[in-house]
Amino acid sequence: MSGAGALPISDGSLALSALLILLNLAISSLLRLGLGRPLLLASTRMVVQLLLVGGVLEWLFRQQNPLTILGLGLVMACIAALSAVQRTRRRFAGIYWNSLVSVLAASSLVTGAALLGIIRPQPWFAAQYLIPLLGMVLGNTLNGISLGLDRLMESLLAHRDQVELRLCLGASRWEACRELVAEGIRVGMIPTINSMMVMGLVSLPGMMTGQILQGGAPTAAVRYQIVILFMIAAATALGLVSVVLLAYLHLTSLDHQLRLERLREVP
Amino acid sequence: MTSPLLLAQGLRKRLGERLLWHGISIDLRARERLALVGPAGCGKTLLLRQLAWLDPPDGGQVLLRGQPPQAWTLPRYRAQVAYLAQRPPVFAGTVAQNLAEPWTYRCHQGRSPQPERLLAWLAQLGRDPTFLGQAAGLLSGGETQLLALLRLLQLDPVVLLLDEPSASLDGATTLKLEALLMQWLRGGERALILTSHDHDQVERCCNRRLELGP
Repeated sequence: MSGAGALPISDGSLALSALLILLNLAISSLLRLGLGRPLLLASTRMVVQLLLVGGVLEWLFRQQNPLTILGLGLVMACIAALSAVQRTRRRFAGIYWNSLVSVLAASSLVTGAALLGIIRPQPWFAAQYLIPLLGMVLGNTLNGISLGLDRLMESLLAHRDQVELRLCLGASRWEACRELVAEGIRVGMIPTINSMMVMGLVSLPGMMTGQILQGGAPTAAVRYQIVILFMIAAATALGLVSVVLLAYLHLTSLDHQLRLERLREVP
Repeated sequence: MTSPLLLAQGLRKRLGERLLWHGISIDLRARERLALVGPAGCGKTLLLRQLAWLDPPDGGQVLLRGQPPQAWTLPRYRAQVAYLAQRPPVFAGTVAQNLAEPWTYRCHQGRSPQPERLLAWLAQLGRDPTFLGQAAGLLSGGETQLLALLRLLQLDPVVLLLDEPSASLDGATTLKLEALLMQWLRGGERALILTSHDHDQVERCCNRRLELGP
């Protein structure tokens, strides 16, 4: 990632870019979408969060202590696990733990393998590599987990009669729920598969764009992108399988019963 | 002296704060036909579901031939204490595919379907073999009930738990279904429990009643 570096953006230019959001505000008020307030809040949050993170990252990249770096990675994983659950329509006791265990296991396995086996920075925990890679893996795993978890809970409710019919005919809980578990995993994988399908044709991912703006060779940037997409696909699959199976175990019992009374709708 | 096929003791069900039923004891022996009677909402369906161990109990125990459901393992227990819901769903595909589905479960491995017996049952119910090729999703309510009963009966259960088994059937088919049930009952050490809004059906089919109070 060497090169002349991208042209710096001054404070004035940054403020100018904020004018672009006026376009959204105008549309919202014209069509009475009621999005004015959330748009302002979202843009303000985005600006503040990113400016803060810029500062944090400058500090972080100077850190040599693996515990500091891994600690931050842990915090990121926790936030991803929480937000994955936030977007589902129903909850059960233990859903946050399920999500946390799945996100942590999937992202640390995959990011660890990529750092130690594929990219091999020195040292392996170098923040400049670990944090952005982990961030991209987490951001995508969290989408998959949200979708898969939500689909499993909704389809168990919608097909409750079918599941119990199977149980009554002598099916084990796994035989009765297998199709719905598979469906949850399939749905959670769709965004990842879709994005790989059109990668480079429709979307130039942010990290690649960044490397190219920095003056990096596009061919090198593309290689990073390939590694990252494989990491994302693997982590999403692992996290999904784990979270959907854990949810299935929570919503059935050892007596091969459906325990949907454990589900609460989010008010 | 026969020992009970199905024995339930001290069953209770809570719905929120309310105690729906409690102290329910059932001692069901071979050839017995027990009717659950009581006003709507008294928990007849929940009691049948409890006997099939579909819900966690609020108290009490159920024994099949002296063993609790867990000792049989639940799939094998439910294949013997077979619950038929009032509006049973169907699987995708034809009637024949619906009848084939349970045979893919592990608990039925080593046993095989008996197509001749199935055709004989169909004939008894006034249906010819073309019934097997029909799309299950397009059956009438009554035909769906017949399919659901045959789907269970072919697995040779010991105790049938029937929730309004003929609610959607015409009078003539109801009588045929009852005749089939009675014939099945004589075929071995078997018993049944049913709920019905049809007092005549209870009179015709059952030799005992259990009143569920309001």
